[in-house]
Amino acid sequence: MITVIDPGGLTTVQDLGRPGYAHLGVPPSGAVDRDALALGNRLVGTSEAAAGLEITLVGPRLRFDVPATIALTGAPLPAAVDGRRIAPGAVTHVAAGSVLESGTATSGLRSYLCVRGGLEVASVMGSRSSDVLTGLGPPPLSAGDRLPVGSIDAAWPGVDCVPFRNLSAEPMLHVLPGPHPEAFARSALETLTDSAYTVSPASNRIGMKLTGPPLDRISGEVATEGLITGAVQVPPSGQPIVFLNDHPTTGGYPVVAVVTTRSLRPAAQLRPGVTVRFTTAPTTF
Amino acid sequence: MTAHRLSAMGDRALLVHCAGNDDARTVAAAIAAGAASLDPQDGVIEDVVTAATSVLVVYSAPGPVTARCQTITSTIAGAGDHQLGAAGEITLRTRYDGPDLSAVARYAGLTPAEVVELHAGAEYQVAFLGFVPGFAYLTGAPELLRAPRRADPRTRVPAGSVAVANDMTAVYPRVSPGGWQLIGTTDVPLFDPAHEPPSLLDVGTRVRFVPA
Repeated sequence: MITVIDPGGLTTVQDLGRPGYAHLGVPPSGAVDRDALALGNRLVGTSEAAAGLEITLVGPRLRFDVPATIALTGAPLPAAVDGRRIAPGAVTHVAAGSVLESGTATSGLRSYLCVRGGLEVASVMGSRSSDVLTGLGPPPLSAGDRLPVGSIDAAWPGVDCVPFRNLSAEPMLHVLPGPHPEAFARSALETLTDSAYTVSPASNRIGMKLTGPPLDRISGEVATEGLITGAVQVPPSGQPIVFLNDHPTTGGYPVVAVVTTRSLRPAAQLRPGVTVRFTTAPTTF
Repeated sequence: MTAHRLSAMGDRALLVHCAGNDDARTVAAAIAAGAASLDPQDGVIEDVVTAATSVLVVYSAPGPVTARCQTITSTIAGAGDHQLGAAGEITLRTRYDGPDLSAVARYAGLTPAEVVELHAGAEYQVAFLGFVPGFAYLTGAPELLRAPRRADPRTRVPAGSVAVANDMTAVYPRVSPGGWQLIGTTDVPLFDPAHEPPSLLDVGTRVRFVPA
C-alpha cells in the first residue's frame, strides 16, 4: 500500500485511459502526457498501461507501507525520500515506511510517479483513470487514501535512469486544419498560426483555454459532431480551447484545427501563464 | 450510394460528412461491421462516433491517411443500400410528473394529459449519444411537442428526468446541469459503468415511453 499523507495539488490515478467509448459519451481520459507515463512505467519494469499518479504542478507527500521501486517522469518535480533527493527519470528503490515529499514542478505542468507493479485501484470500464469531466474512475487523491501496489515478476529494464530533456521556453504545437473551413473567416487559421496565445488558469484535463487574438467565425455553430483530444474549438468569444483527454465527446462549436498526436506531449506540459504558438504540420499522403 | 466527403480530424481521425442522421447511422454501422476485415496496414479503429450529421472514425495511432480514406470509402460503398439491422427496442416506464409539463402543454396549446398521450404515443430512435455518459438524443418527437430549450437552464436536473427540446427527447442518466424541458421521470437506469454494456441505449436503439 501507499498511503497519501497530503495529495499536493490535483493528483489523480491515470493509465492509458478508456478509449473506444466516446460513442456512448465517455471521454478517453488517461495520462495527458502519455509518453511520460509510459516511460516511467518502462523504467520500473512495468507494463506501459499500468496506472501511476499524474501530479499537477504541486506534488504529494506519500508513505510507502511496503518496499517499492519508483520513478518520476514528465515535468521535473523536486522530490526526496526520507530526506534524500531523488532525480527525475531515475529508478529509485524505497524501503517500507519511507516517506516521499515533493514540491512544485520547476517547469512544465504534469509529472508522473510510476511504481513497479502499478497502482491497483478499482478499474472502471477497463481503466483506472480519473475522468474529471464525467467523474468516472477513482476520485482525485485526498489525505488518508490508500493505494494498493501490484506485485510483478517481470524482468528489470537495463537502465538506471534516462536523460531529461528540457521543455521548450516557447512551445510550438503542430496542428492540422479542422474539418469545417467554411465556418471560419479565411484569416482564422492564419491568425491562429501567426499569433502567440497564453494558457489561462481556467484550464484542466478537459481542455486548455487560451487567451489571445480572437478567431473569426462565420457560423456560430455547426451540427454537433464528435470531438477528439487535441481539437481546437472556437466558442462565441473567439478564444480557442484546446481539448485534452477528458474532453466532451461531442460539440457544436466549430473546430478550427487539431493538434497532432506528437504535439500533444508538449501540450500536456503547458502551465497556466505560458505562451504557446501554433504552426500547420506538413501533411504527408 | 454517393461518395461521402471525408475530412481529417487531426492525424488519427477521419470525419465522414453525412446527409443527415439516418445516413450517419448507416455509415457508422457499415464501418463497424467492416472493421474486422479492414486492411491491417491502416491500423486499428479505436472508436466510431456517430453524431447529428457525421461519423468520426478514430484510429488508435496516426497512419496512412490516403489508404485509410480509401478503405473507409470502399467499406461504405460495399455495404450498399442495405437497411440497418433491426436495432434493439427499449421501453421506459415514465411518471409524467415533470416541472415543465405545464409549460410544454401551454406551448403546444394542449392539456398536460394530451401532451402525455402524444409523447408516449410516439416511437423514438437514438440519433447519437453525448453530453454525459449514456445521454441519448432521441429523434421522433411529435411536431406539436417541439418546445424550445428553457431560457434559463437548471444547474441541477434530477437523474432519470425525461425531457424535450426542439425536435428531440432525452433522458438525463444522472444529476447534471440541463436546459431541456422536463416532463417526466423514469427509474430505469440509463448508464452503469459496472454493467456490460454500460449504456442502456446505443445508436439506433428504438425507444418507447410508457406512462407508469
